[in-house]
Amino acid sequence: MATTTTTPRGTQRSVRDLGFTIFNYAVFLLLALVCGYPFYYLIINSISANDVSALGDVRWWPVGLQFSNYRQAFSLQGLPQAALVSVGRTVLGTAATVLASAYLGFMFTQERMWKRALWYRLVVLTMYFNAGLIPVFLIMKVLGLTNNFLVYLLPFVVQPFFIILVKTYVESLPTSLEEAAEVDGASVFKIFWQIVLPNMTPILATIAIFSAVAQWNSFQDTLIYVTDQSLYTLQFLLYMYINQAASLAQAAQQAGGNIGAVASAATSQTATSIRTTVAVVVVAPILLIYPLFQRFFVKGIMLGAVKG
Amino acid sequence: MTAPPVVTDQPSRIARGRGATSRRGSKKLFLSIVPLLVLVFLFSYFPLYGWVYSLFDYRPARGLSGSKFVGLQWFQLLVSSPTQVSQIVQVMANTLGMSFLGIASSVLPLAFAVFLNEVRSKWFRNTVQTLTTLPNFISWVLVYMIAFSMFSSTGLVNNVLVSSGIITIPVKFLDSDTHVWLAMAGWGIWKTLGWGAILYLAAISGIDQALYESAKVDGAGRFQTMWYITVPQLMPTYFVLLMLSVANILNNGMEQYYVFQNAFNKTHIQVLDLYVYNVGITGNSLSLATAVSMLKSIVSVVLLLTVNAIAKRVRGTSIV
Repeated sequence: MATTTTTPRGTQRSVRDLGFTIFNYAVFLLLALVCGYPFYYLIINSISANDVSALGDVRWWPVGLQFSNYRQAFSLQGLPQAALVSVGRTVLGTAATVLASAYLGFMFTQERMWKRALWYRLVVLTMYFNAGLIPVFLIMKVLGLTNNFLVYLLPFVVQPFFIILVKTYVESLPTSLEEAAEVDGASVFKIFWQIVLPNMTPILATIAIFSAVAQWNSFQDTLIYVTDQSLYTLQFLLYMYINQAASLAQAAQQAGGNIGAVASAATSQTATSIRTTVAVVVVAPILLIYPLFQRFFVKGIMLGAVKG
Repeated sequence: MTAPPVVTDQPSRIARGRGATSRRGSKKLFLSIVPLLVLVFLFSYFPLYGWVYSLFDYRPARGLSGSKFVGLQWFQLLVSSPTQVSQIVQVMANTLGMSFLGIASSVLPLAFAVFLNEVRSKWFRNTVQTLTTLPNFISWVLVYMIAFSMFSSTGLVNNVLVSSGIITIPVKFLDSDTHVWLAMAGWGIWKTLGWGAILYLAAISGIDQALYESAKVDGAGRFQTMWYITVPQLMPTYFVLLMLSVANILNNGMEQYYVFQNAFNKTHIQVLDLYVYNVGITGNSLSLATAVSMLKSIVSVVLLLTVNAIAKRVRGTSIV
């Protein structure tokens, strides 16, 4: 980029350019480290000797490498159940959201549907208002959805933003396929399953990934609607381990450790080892899928910003 | 950051389906989406009925029918009781203060994109982008876990400072009531900076290269092209996002503030959403919390409509 001209002005400019380039790289390197290092820190602490990590001496690389924390984590009280709930809501919730978005998005392109525009407007309108946290909570109670696994699924099935994405996408597909199928006498439902759905995979992949991340990360709904411990999610459990020393100690005892005593051995559980290990379990799916599916995430935000 | 949504409410470009054929066919299509419309009704429209709880002294044990009707008592309490008023004033200061810091920092993603665009090495750029966008996809609980391992009294920062002899007693970064707004804004920036820049980076890649070439011919240097070409081209995107964040000035959400909340910082961390939760669910004053929830929802909608009208006048198109 730096132009090498022989005039004094040109040289001055290229020196300034070089200075800027170095500065620019340095700043971005720093930003990348600030964002990336904490994840690395959690990982190396979870696989180091527990008596060392408890003292906070694991900073650059694992010390006394060991992986037993992960085996022990799954003997923590409530953790296998929480993992099941988290995986369950992510898989079922994502499937429901994707199917409902595909179906409604497609149906809203069918102009012969009775009062199509009205239903579409009613769905889209819900993006712009919200009754409020407490009224929603009270209604969830009325509907019997507190302490109910369905509270993790049903409110997320219909998401107007995803429906708009699908509708716009279907409208951009050529109509010839649909028309040909109709001439052959295929019903709308058959056209949806056999012709439109297979052609929607790019947009559905984007929706699936956003919805899966949202489901996996969700914390607030457990906090508000759930008191039954068997419905706790991994996120909620992690929060309890960070903030409630009592529940941590109890969990540790179950796993054969003792938080109160000074950590004596490399593999007996400490507050640090439990917290970092559970944190890594919670963040691992994101760390694994994010780099692979980054382009879907980016595409998602682009689609959303067409109008901006 | 949520992207501004696209609303295409116009009739489809190409008419789909066989036009208005049999009425039975059109009803059949409608019936097939009824179950999904029911969900929309149950979770978006039916909760509006929950607003009636603000007119009662609702006690869960007695149910709504057994609770006393009190009219506008809760709304009056909000403006007449001195303790209530001072609490609300503090909560509003927190809400607006932190929202303002969020709005003030909205130039950062733009600057991030403009400067990252000057990095020539492709793999460096991609690595920076992957690492800086990652925090956007983790939960606030995990952000708090990271804050805890870095900044608690046994965290990394204190360990390093103590062992290097700079301080002797660990600094209480998290259990403290100083700079709460700044700290919260800081974590917000950490989480969303890289992702917020993605939109601008895409806009930059869409800028006509001829603009840069003709500027270079005219003798413009690197900083001049950045300032006079790249930045102005990003302004429409920036304006839309700015308007949206103004419309959302009351909607801080509660998750971030809930996880960072503790006995020490409670006064300055309580934003409106968290206040409603603390009063309603933790404090069990469901009717009072409903009244606050309801007022907030109404003001939010009015704000959105106002901002949209302003945007329409300035830009000619609406933002929502």
